[in-house]
Amino acid sequence: MIAKLWNRWKLQLILLLVLVLTILLPAVGVIDDYINLVLKYIGINIILTISLNLVNGYMGEFSVGHAGFMAVGAYTASLLTVLVVPEALNPFLFPLVIIAGGVVAGIFGLGLAFPSFRTRGDYLAIVTLAFNMIIKSALENIEAIGGPRGFMGMSKLTSLFWVFIWVVITVWLARNFIFSNYGRGVQSIREDETAAGLVSVNTRQAKVLTFVFSAFLAGIAGGLFAHELQFINPRSFTIAKSTDMLVMVYLGGIGSLGGSILGATTFTVVSEGLRSLLQVLGISQEWRQVFAPLMLILLMLFRPKGIMGLREWRFLIPQLDRKKEPPASKPQPEVAS
Amino acid sequence: MQFYIQQTLNALQVGSVYALIALGYTMVYGILTLINFAHGDIFMISCYVAFFFSTLVISVLAGLPPLVVFVLTMLVSMFFTALLAVVIERLAYKPLRTAPRISAVITALGIGLLLENFMVAFKPVGPAPRFMPELIPNVIYNIGGVAVSNIQIVIIVVSIVAMVILDLIVRRTMVGMAMRAISWDKFTVPLMGIPVDRIISLTFALGASIAAVGGTLYGMAYTIDPYMGIRIGWWAFISAVVGGIGNIRGAMLGGFILGFVEIFTPVFLPASTYRDFVAFSLLLVLLIFKPTGLLGRPMVQKV
Repeated sequence: MIAKLWNRWKLQLILLLVLVLTILLPAVGVIDDYINLVLKYIGINIILTISLNLVNGYMGEFSVGHAGFMAVGAYTASLLTVLVVPEALNPFLFPLVIIAGGVVAGIFGLGLAFPSFRTRGDYLAIVTLAFNMIIKSALENIEAIGGPRGFMGMSKLTSLFWVFIWVVITVWLARNFIFSNYGRGVQSIREDETAAGLVSVNTRQAKVLTFVFSAFLAGIAGGLFAHELQFINPRSFTIAKSTDMLVMVYLGGIGSLGGSILGATTFTVVSEGLRSLLQVLGISQEWRQVFAPLMLILLMLFRPKGIMGLREWRFLIPQLDRKKEPPASKPQPEVAS
Repeated sequence: MQFYIQQTLNALQVGSVYALIALGYTMVYGILTLINFAHGDIFMISCYVAFFFSTLVISVLAGLPPLVVFVLTMLVSMFFTALLAVVIERLAYKPLRTAPRISAVITALGIGLLLENFMVAFKPVGPAPRFMPELIPNVIYNIGGVAVSNIQIVIIVVSIVAMVILDLIVRRTMVGMAMRAISWDKFTVPLMGIPVDRIISLTFALGASIAAVGGTLYGMAYTIDPYMGIRIGWWAFISAVVGGIGNIRGAMLGGFILGFVEIFTPVFLPASTYRDFVAFSLLLVLLIFKPTGLLGRPMVQKV
């Protein structure tokens, strides 16, 4: 009886325990401010990685512009916090503000889904890139939100507690999406779009859904990011940011939620470790910027699959699917031709 | 009227540099269907090679006539930039030729950022903008109220000569024929005894050296900094796409179009900061409605 209950509820129990810990540990002082910050970054990066993995990994399209969605979410949420929501209500309406940021980013994602009907591969990469540049350029030109100087005045609302909740929600939503009918349609587009269309996958619908969902998640991450830093400017959301996301996706492995979590965690920890290392060695911090692109190149050359490309942690696979052959034993399909 | 002639001249000056860089993008795309995102940063490196070499020459061999220094600087910049491009191609792109195409594009993006961030972190270069020493004494002529500098003329003339030479190489020589053959059919060409690897390396070298021509010319007129690879590189890239990526004459046309966009945006819009916005919107609209660019041929997807 107990064993059965444990099996049914263990995941929820563990999550609840961690949730309590996210409040307790920083409050008691077991984890100091720096570790707290790194943990929050890890969480935000996990959301971003899953967001990009949906488009690049599961759908096999190629987006280089997700920093643009992040920017939209960050600015929307920040503007709402500072200008619309009354000061006293801020901590309570924080989730709504973040969701609003995600929704607006999602609307932009809808806009970007339409070009993907006509173009694929390289050309879509250029479209997303242009989108990123346009967003950055537009933000720099709107004086009302600070222009190139950026925007500030948000209170520090992003706590470890909220980041953890959003990470769990993201993973849960993404898992349910991927293993739903729509999600399988999305993955069939990766393997062969024409064939997917022939077996009556509604490829347009799948693309719209994925782009909107992915943009929504990137917007959420942007909102959290903005309320952590309390200061955003257009330069935070350039191609360099998109490249960081690409590194995390390909490090963790495409088409894998577990991989996204591992990739984002590894990247953040290594990147922060490098900061301390450079400090100890007395080398300029600018060399840290060299690390991410170098890692991306080496990954592509020597391990394009990443840590766990196209494989999944068992507990992230819905019960009904678990009895089947593990996906790893299947021949590795070629991704994105 | 004079104002518009003046601006047209400026547009031609900027546009010819864009066209020179766009050629590198378009040649590599034509032969490998790879968007070489690192090309803008290769152009940036060529500016720095020209900068360091010309500073060295002017300080060591002070008496040389300006024309010799100019030609020497350009040749050295072309040589080292071509070398860098070939090394990059051999180390990073060649192993990925059989991999999914996206891998190579991601690698190219990574190399571009790597070059840029390396130059920022590298102490002798650093993020500060720099001025190239004056290779040709600047003289400004006044023709009917329009100010024309000799550097402006040199930039436009040298660029056009370089473009004509490149066009001739691609259309009239055996090497050019081999390049066009590879872009036409990658699988049959090796059977005809064409050394594919060598031709591909040569394409990278050609694209990089023509970017170095642009780099040297650019350095004579503007300041250089490590971030220009992104700024100028992207504009050149848009030029290549606007003209129809893979099409050499299209790249030239696109370069001049983008030159006009850059110069005339501040004339019609309130601030010059809208330039990027206009250029990228142009790109986006074009890609949505005519993805193959102005002169490109449509690709038919085979099942």
